Amino acid sequence: MGMTITEKILAAHAGKESVVPGDNIWVDVDVLMTHDVCGPGTFAIFKKQFGENAKVWDRDKVVIIPDHFIFTKDTHANRNIDILRQFVKEQSLPHYFDVGTDRYKGVCHLALAQEGFNRPGEVLFGTDSHTSTSGAFGMFSTGIGNTDAAFILGTGKLWVKVPESMCFEFTGTFPEHVMAKDVILNVIGDIGVDGATYRAMEWRGEAVMSLSMEERMTLCNMAIEAGGKNGIIEADEVTTNYVKQRTDAPYTIYKSDDDAQYFFKKTYNASEMEPIVAKPHSPDNKAKVSECVDVRLDRAYIGSCTGGKLTDFMAAARLLKGKKVQIDTFIVPATREVEQDLYKEKIGGETLVDIFKNAGAYLGDPSCAACLGGPQDTFGRAKDNQVVISTTNRNFPGRMGSKQSHVYLASPYTAAASALTGHITNPAEFIYN
Amino acid sequence: MNKVIEGVAYVLGNDVDTDQIIPAEHLVYSLSDPEERKNYGKFALSGVPADQAGLPDGKIPFTENGQSESKYSIIIGGRNFGCGSSREHAPACMEIAGVRAVVAESYARIFYRNSVDGGFFIPFESVKRMVEEIKTGDDLVIDLNASTLTNSSSNKTYELKSLGEVIEIIEAGNIFEYARKTGMIPSA
Repeated sequence: MGMTITEKILAAHAGKESVVPGDNIWVDVDVLMTHDVCGPGTFAIFKKQFGENAKVWDRDKVVIIPDHFIFTKDTHANRNIDILRQFVKEQSLPHYFDVGTDRYKGVCHLALAQEGFNRPGEVLFGTDSHTSTSGAFGMFSTGIGNTDAAFILGTGKLWVKVPESMCFEFTGTFPEHVMAKDVILNVIGDIGVDGATYRAMEWRGEAVMSLSMEERMTLCNMAIEAGGKNGIIEADEVTTNYVKQRTDAPYTIYKSDDDAQYFFKKTYNASEMEPIVAKPHSPDNKAKVSECVDVRLDRAYIGSCTGGKLTDFMAAARLLKGKKVQIDTFIVPATREVEQDLYKEKIGGETLVDIFKNAGAYLGDPSCAACLGGPQDTFGRAKDNQVVISTTNRNFPGRMGSKQSHVYLASPYTAAASALTGHITNPAEFIYN
Repeated sequence: MNKVIEGVAYVLGNDVDTDQIIPAEHLVYSLSDPEERKNYGKFALSGVPADQAGLPDGKIPFTENGQSESKYSIIIGGRNFGCGSSREHAPACMEIAGVRAVVAESYARIFYRNSVDGGFFIPFESVKRMVEEIKTGDDLVIDLNASTLTNSSSNKTYELKSLGEVIEIIEAGNIFEYARKTGMIPSA
């Protein structure tokens, strides 16, 4: 029987010829990523279980990317960065990207890609549910807790139940005003926030393969919002071009067999996709943008692992150029590299930074920032009963700060169009006029 | 392993996400420092919207007056309990507050895995949805051998699903003890 790409990668990392969904296997880990929120707890468990002087299984496979609570006066949050530094020093870990240095990156999921840690065919675990993002590179990646991460630190292995796979195929071409965020919000709306629980979400079809790596990352990032174990897209030339620019490390390309078994298959016509929002307070509370045009907004937020990449800001800048925002608009690049690109990339001779500043938007430092609320002094944190349109990936009650706030998830195009009008707005109005 | 778990029920609805279980602003405290970790108990379930907190009536705080322990030690949940983030602070805060078991219709996978691998409490799945059967404050008894949940307040007994293959990790205590038992890592 044929295997899916997820099954092939897991089998290879368990030293097996084949696996089937439901198998409990131990896999060898290629990369373990952690950050400032879960690193300290992970290291404490590692020391407790393996000894104060124990060494991690492979220094070169541990990647530590502080990104969550960075630009804050919160003393506990800053103490946690010190704990990361101490552990890195004790273990002589090479892949640490310290706050306040030239090495600081920002949001871990994009930083992993930009620093060459996402490589086709590998197995990557991270102490963050959006670790599924890396699946865009044709690798198995998923989020875990501190205990599992500590287990990997000591052993280089973790048990995994092989997931069933679900196949989402998009034929044809996406309309110009539709972005990956619209596509994933549409799918989550169709299957629900537990529609992919314990399963792999595999993306296929010419429309998917026409997307940039950053857009593919958005699709895989939000697999977790449907409960998915991982999101995955076969590596192609787009993938290998990106990877080769970032690393010389070898990689292996796996493809799903034609007779692979899927728990679920659905084919969408890409040209029929429309801009979508997820209404408060759940990522599956789907509505067409055209159904929500009466919703008045207090602020717009463009940032995060799913909405703070260069592609996202190119889209936003295209609409904001030469215009003024009508509501407070926050721009938060995911990483330093994206931030630097905002000063370099131009539309019509104007840098993205100038476009945003001239439009009246506020620019923040690269980090997770208000995507998950964070300490009280976090840039862009939602206040009181504000209504926010956001390119982030979760709109659970209180997720962006205030428990009374209302968050609509949307694409960068839709967020930018809405910032220009003060109510939820279809970007098609600006793109085609 | 204790074969009977007795406690008072705290009832929640569907899709209780990890931001409701422990809002992100509180994820700064140490989980290992004996004093500092009490903050997690204090803020456990503090993000649950008021009308959903302690069903059917709602507006029942899980912990009171800054206490780090709750009088409720068995959580009843609906579908997709623990969805969202991979933060292990979520099951940890519940354990710190005194939770010994959760009985839900279904779980999000990372939360379920963290509960089992970290040995925080036992995540049971009910055969039938329990949210409308049990009221916050009811006295409950979980019998592991019989795989049942009894509501002493209404004198009704309900079936729980088998813990399945994770029973070995639960019985060992956590993933490390399980790995020691099976010889995968050396015994301490």
